[in-house]
Parts: sequence; C-alpha cells; structure tokens
Amino acid sequence: MNPALRQFADHFLMWNEGPLIWISDALIALTVVGIVVTLTYTKRWGWLWREWLTTTDHKRIGIMYLVCALLMLFRGGVDALLMRTQLAFPGEHFLDAEHYDQIFTTHGTIMILFMAMPFIFALFNIVVPLQIGARDVAFPYLNAISFWLFFFGALLFNISFVFGGSPDAGWVSYPPLTELGFDPGPGENYYLVAINLSGIGTIATGINFLVTILRMRAPGMTWNRVPLFTWSVLAACIVILAAFPALTVALALLLLDRLAGTHFFTILHGGNPMMFINLFWVWGHPEVYIVILPAFGVYSEVVATFSRKPIFGYKSMVASLLLISVISYLVWAHHFFTMGAGADVNTFFAIASMCVGIPTGVKIFNWLFTMYRGRILLTLPMLWTLAFIPNFVTGGATGILLAAAPEDYQYHNSYFLIAHFHQTLIGGVVYGMLAGMYYWWPKMFGFKLDEKIGKVAFWLWNVGFYVCFMPQYALGLMGMQRRMYTYPANMGWNTLNLVSTIGAYLMGLAFLVIVWQVLYSIRHGERDVTGDPWDGRTLEWSLPSPVPEYNFAVIPTVTARDMWWAAKHEGQMEHVRPRAEEIRDVHVPKHTARPFLIGLSFFVAGFGLVFQWYVLTVVGLVGVLCCLLIRALEEDDEVVIAADTIRHHEATLGRV
Amino acid sequence: MDSVRQRGRWWRFGLLVFAPFALAGCGQDVLVLHPAGPVAKEIDRLIVLSVILLLVVIVPVLALTAYIVWRYRDKPGNRAPYAPHWTDSRLLEWVWWAIPVVIVGILGAYTAKTTFALTRPPESNSDVVTVDVVSLDWKWLFLYPDEHVATVNYCVIPTGVPVQFVLTSDAPINSFWVPQLAGQEYTMPGMALRLWVQADEPGNYYGHGANFTGKGFADMAFTVEAQPEQAFASWALMLRQSAPPLTQAGYQQLKAPGVVGRISYGGFPKGLFDQVVWEDGGQYMPGMWNMTSSGHSQASSGSNLASLSGGEGR
Repeated sequence: MNPALRQFADHFLMWNEGPLIWISDALIALTVVGIVVTLTYTKRWGWLWREWLTTTDHKRIGIMYLVCALLMLFRGGVDALLMRTQLAFPGEHFLDAEHYDQIFTTHGTIMILFMAMPFIFALFNIVVPLQIGARDVAFPYLNAISFWLFFFGALLFNISFVFGGSPDAGWVSYPPLTELGFDPGPGENYYLVAINLSGIGTIATGINFLVTILRMRAPGMTWNRVPLFTWSVLAACIVILAAFPALTVALALLLLDRLAGTHFFTILHGGNPMMFINLFWVWGHPEVYIVILPAFGVYSEVVATFSRKPIFGYKSMVASLLLISVISYLVWAHHFFTMGAGADVNTFFAIASMCVGIPTGVKIFNWLFTMYRGRILLTLPMLWTLAFIPNFVTGGATGILLAAAPEDYQYHNSYFLIAHFHQTLIGGVVYGMLAGMYYWWPKMFGFKLDEKIGKVAFWLWNVGFYVCFMPQYALGLMGMQRRMYTYPANMGWNTLNLVSTIGAYLMGLAFLVIVWQVLYSIRHGERDVTGDPWDGRTLEWSLPSPVPEYNFAVIPTVTARDMWWAAKHEGQMEHVRPRAEEIRDVHVPKHTARPFLIGLSFFVAGFGLVFQWYVLTVVGLVGVLCCLLIRALEEDDEVVIAADTIRHHEATLGRV
Repeated sequence: MDSVRQRGRWWRFGLLVFAPFALAGCGQDVLVLHPAGPVAKEIDRLIVLSVILLLVVIVPVLALTAYIVWRYRDKPGNRAPYAPHWTDSRLLEWVWWAIPVVIVGILGAYTAKTTFALTRPPESNSDVVTVDVVSLDWKWLFLYPDEHVATVNYCVIPTGVPVQFVLTSDAPINSFWVPQLAGQEYTMPGMALRLWVQADEPGNYYGHGANFTGKGFADMAFTVEAQPEQAFASWALMLRQSAPPLTQAGYQQLKAPGVVGRISYGGFPKGLFDQVVWEDGGQYMPGMWNMTSSGHSQASSGSNLASLSGGEGR
C-alpha cells in the first residue's frame, strides 16, 4: 500500500484501531448509500430540497429537530450500551481505556447538547406559535439558521469518531486535562468547535422565542391566559440567554489556548483552570433547567388535558417556573464543593441548591391536585407523565442529598451521582419529551401513534430504567467512581454492575419498540380527522392536523385561559374558527437556501479549525459572509398566499 | 388465584428494585455507610438525618400519587367526585409552599453546621500528623515531611490521631477519596488543599482517585493503612533505614505517565512538595503562598500551612 495513503488511513481514519472503527465506517457508508438510493429511486431529491432543506416554516423546522433528536438518542444510546457492556463484568477487555474514554465523553455531550436540546427545540417550534395564535415565530429566517447551525454542529461532532478521533476528556472538558500538554489530538477541538457552532444557534433560538412570546400572542392573550407550556418556554429562553454566552466564551478561550498558544486556563503563565470550571458550570447548571423547564410545561398540558380539568394553581405554577429560572443561576458551585472553597461559600451554594426543591415540590403538588377530582385517561402521554412523578420525586430527593455539601464529599464523582442525574434527566426530561412527542404527534403528522405498541415500550423502558439505575446508587455508596473503564473483581461490585447492564439493554429494546411503533403507525395509526384527537384545551387543537402553512386562517381573539376548551364548552367554537369573510391574504417568508448554506459554510470553517487547516476556515467564513451580504441586500423576501387559496383550503377541510 | 399470582409478581419486581437499597444497609462492601473515623462518621450522621427528613416527604407524596390515580381514573361507574372547575385553593397552596420550606430550613441548618465543623481538625490530644499528597499520572505519591519518608500508592497513618492530608497535583486535577475515613477533596495543580482524616481502628482502607485524569485513571487505587502509633513510628523508622531515598531524578521518572505498583522511599528531596506546588502555578496564586520568603525555600518543616492560607480546604 502506498505509504502516504497508509499514513492517512492510520492517522485520520484510524483503521489501525480495530473492528469498532471498521464497523462504524461500514454502517455510515451503508446508511449514506441507503439514503441516496432511496431518494433517487423515489425521485425525492427535489422534494427534500424544496420542502425541507430550504424551509422557514416553524412546523417543518420542528419536525427536523425531532428527527435529529431521535437519531442522536440512538447514537447516545449505543454509546451507553457499549459502556454498559464493558462494565457488565470486572476486568473486561471489550473496550480499551481510550475507546471507553471517548465513548463516555460523546455519550454525555450528545445526550445533553445534541439530543435533549433539539428535542426541546422541536417542541418549541411545533407548539409555541400554534399555542399563542401566531403565524410563525418572530424571526423565521433566523430560526432556520439556528436549526442548520445545530445540525452542522452535531454533524461535526459525530464525524470525529471515524475521522481523527473523538474527544476523550469527559463532557465537562476540564483543563488542564484538555490542554495541549495532556491532550494533543483533534478530538478536543471537535468538541470545542462543534458545541460552539450549535451553541450560537441555541442563543438565536432563545432570542427568537422570547420575542415571539413577548410580541406575537393573539389579541386577548394576557399573561394570565398564556398556556403553561408557553410559559415554560419563556422561562427556558430567559435562562438560555443568560447562560449560553458563558459557555460560548469558555469554549472559545479554551480553543484559543489550544490553537493560538494563549494561557487562559493553563496553570502556568498566570492562567487558571478554575476559571474554566466556574464558567462551564455557570452555564452547565442552568442548562439542566433549560431542558427540564419545557418538560414541566409538557406535563402541565398533559395532566390538565387527560384529567379533563384545568391546571390546579395556575399562578403558583407560573411563579415556580420563574423562580426556578432565577435560582438556577445561584447554584453552580455545587458541582465542585470539593475544590477547596471555604465553608461559607459551600454553605451558601448548598442551601441555594436545596431551595430549587421548593418550587419543584410545589409543582408536583399542583399536578397531583389537578388530577384530584378529575377524570384520568391513561393515554400514552399521560402514562409517561404519571411515570415521571415518582421517578422525579426520588431523583430530586437524591439531588437534595448531593446538595448537602458535606455529604457531597462522599457522593461526588461516584456512581451515586451518575444515578441521580440520570434519574432527573431521563425521568424528568426524556419522559417529558416522549410525553410531548406522543401528545403533539397527531398535530404534526395527522395520525396517532399506536397505543398498544407504545405501552409495551413504556413498560420495557420503565422496568429497564429502575433495573439500570437503582443499582448504581448502591455502587456509588460502595465506592465505585464514574469514568473507570474497568474495575477489580474483589470490591463486591460485580452483581450490581451486571444487573445495571441488563436494565440498560431493556431500555435499548424499548427504544427499538418505539421505532417499530412509529413505522407501524405510519401505515395503521388512527387518523386524526378532527384536529382535536385528545379533546384538548389550548388553541393548537382548534386547527386541522397537520396544520396548514399559514397556521390560522384568521387570528382568533382570546377570551379565556384554556381558550379552546372554553369555546367548546360554551358552544362557541365559531369564535375560534375562521369565518370566510374575514380571511385575508397572508404573507409568509420565501423558501431560502441561505440558512442551509450558512450552516454548511460554518461546518467547513469549523472543520478547518479542528485540524488547523486554516485555508478551509477562510473559505468557510467567506461563504458565511457572502450569505450575510446577500441577505442584507435582499428586497423582497415574502410570498403571498391569496385569501382565495386559503378560503378554498379551509373549505376542503370543512372549516368554513 | 389470578390476583394472588399478580401480587406475587409485583412483590418480586419490588424486591428487584429495592434490593440494592436493602443491600446498601447491611453489606460491609458499602464503604460510605461504614465510616471508620470521626470525620466520616460526622458525614454519615448527616446522611442518615437527611434521608429520614426526605422520606417524611417522599413516602406520603408517592402514596398520594397512587391513591389519586387509582381513585380518579376514568372508568365507567367510577363514583368519585368530578369537579372540573375546582382549580384553586389558597389554603392548600400555602400548605405545599410551606412543607418544602420547612424541610429545606431544617436540613440547611444541619448542613451549615456540619460544613463548618468539618473544616476543624478532629478533636484529639495528640499532635497532628501531616501527609503531603501529590497525584501524578496515574499514581499517588505520599510524602511525610516530619518522618522524612515517602510512599507510592499506599500510605500508613497512626490510629486515633488527626491526620491532615495536604493535597496537590502534578498532573490533571484529580480527587483524593477515602470513603471510610473522610470523603474526598480535589488535588489541584498549583494549589494545596487540606483534608482532615482520622482512623479509629487499625485496618486497610480503600482509596481511589475520583476525578477523571485520562487513560490510566482506572488504576489509581491506593490503600490507607491505619496502624497503632507505635507501629506507625517503627514503620517510618524502618523505611528510613532500609528503603532507598527518592531523588529529584527519581521524581521526574515517577512523574512520567504510567502505572506502577507500591513503592517505598527512605527519604525525599527537601521541600519537594512546596516546589511542585510553586512550579505548577502556586507562584501565580496571590494569597496562596507566602510570597515574602523566596517561595519554596521555607520548605521542609511539617507546615505547608502557609500555602493553605488562601483556600480553607477542609
């Protein structure tokens, strides 16, 4: 073999590292070929480009976020199963230390930033404009840019595994372990560049939805009538705006340390790694509230709908959302109680962290009393919500244990901590996102997901969850640290680890059942012909499923909190539905390729930064600049949907 | 018949889920819940108190959840009241804002008390023993400034005597964790943090690095051997007389990334610990170091306390 080629294959493609890489390469090649062949065979290239890649429609962008989130859940889940397989027995050699380190790093980063974030953004996009009676978000063009920055950020992060090597210093990426002296490879650069790309998109999304909710509510929708999911998005956006810039700065400075030889976080020359750790968690702790708050919003909608009762204590629910978003800034140092801060500092952050439990506890009680004297329907969204309550209550309780600073001297960095945050992030966030997905699925696609298959997945997942994570609490108390790629046989950890691995596989099986459920339901799922399959309460259920491009033919006037429910029960649905004579022309943004191209250009620029091939960086940035210039000079970026077209469409739906 | 079988299944499922907790209570392997010294015992007391406090809330909430879901499920013939307009109750809201406030108040007070208590040395009439600890890639170096001996991946301490571990790192940030004796504290390059430890009974206590440091991290186990004072003194004496000393060159060799077993040294370069802290960034830490004398020359007395003035550690 040609030596240059050989060197390329070993150095960049890592073909000398064995079957794990070969299998990944083969799978990626197969997938790409499969997609290309399918698209060509079904002549769908034009459809893909026109309907999806160039769209600025919030509903389609939401669906693309959802698809990405599910794909990333798969990737992160495979990482998890590889780790659990390695840990099933003591002293195993299924993975070596380096691969294990890469896999736990990508697992954490992907699950938080490339699975949980797009999942909440999917629901932001699909639901918020419909719930507040708007035609789109405030800045549809920016919204598309946000998505493509996220998409190409995620792509950049994912190719690291088969091109150059994944990051391997943990998802928290503490220096000095991540400085050049200890970590010279490109993996860490991938981490820094990819997260910052999608992070910029996230900040833009935060601005977009904040403005949308502040400015674009339908007439009559006072703050007292805003649906709780929308409130939760508002709270999450406030946290995004205040927290994400800290991450952007921290990662950018660390990248400068690595690429330009600065010393922000190196130990010598006056830098200080503690600065990074503080900045990281100034973002990192609010981040978990960014993902949990929208989940709380979903639970509020689901509980009210399927108890057939308005939410109990609406004002307390809003107050607790906002209180959580404020307290979330005052707790970051609880991630490093053991870093030598004084007892006074630790006490402050310990008590502040416990205080998060107060508004959260109030929410639990209010959900319970929404069900109290209601009529509870055990649909799939409701099942996931009901499973969330005990899961999150116990997970939150172990969080209070961790918040007690002296106790944290024992739990910190152990499997006790691992069990805790998986319980809150899976039992809280993932359950919420799945509940939201099941709940709004008919609104997105016009059919329900099959209940029977969904229940199989639900039980598999829940049993799997407890079997997987309860043993990890015990392992932590038995002294097992996180991030060990293997462990000795004489510590008494063997059985519990094996049990935990079995639980993880049950959850993996549940995921496959959900995939089967989706595929099955595309064919056989119950069609939603009314647009209101759950007897819903809020405005999105007054629209047909799937929702037409212009959303509301006529923007409704809101006179009550659960507007659609109130209209149905007072027999005044015509106040919410459009009247033919009131329908006017609607302006919607033109389809545009530029958001996609901006994302692609940033991808090229970022790829150049990872390998310090600066020509690519310049090319990419020039591409970005061109797109920005063309946008700045753009005169006419809207198309009109004629009133007649809308009238005709509404008539075919039987609505006017 | 059917319902009996059903119940049997649930019982088995419950057993599976809660077995780890049951196990956690009794097994000797559960190090955190088997403290062997006053520091770890103090933490353990707080653990027990907070678990009880939380159970007071959790158990009723879980019971209430189960009851509400069962009672108000939508089923033909369910005669439970249905009140679709009952959405507010000032009294109830006061109750559940108050419950968590009270719990957090009590737990917060105890947490504050324990946090401050743990910064003080365990009460004792004996003199304090100092052990300087350097975490390296991927091994632990223990230096005894008063006994003039050094060890790798194990250390010996006297029982019944407060021991202050003074921690730093000459590698990425690690964490020094001895579950049965004291919990953990980070080892930070350029800084010296203190962890108080005391063992009541002789024995070998498991310790491990807790903060990830790369490839060899899983091999960073060490043992803390607690021996009666007499035995500790004779152990140190024996090491001084029979083991070869650690040299500067030897230290540089030891520092190179890699995994080693146990090593004992009958001596080490004067002021090695202070030198490591100074060179790894202590020189840039205002308030971290006694800057007036030329930094690392104050050296080999037992006291690294100058370096502890900035961070209180524990």
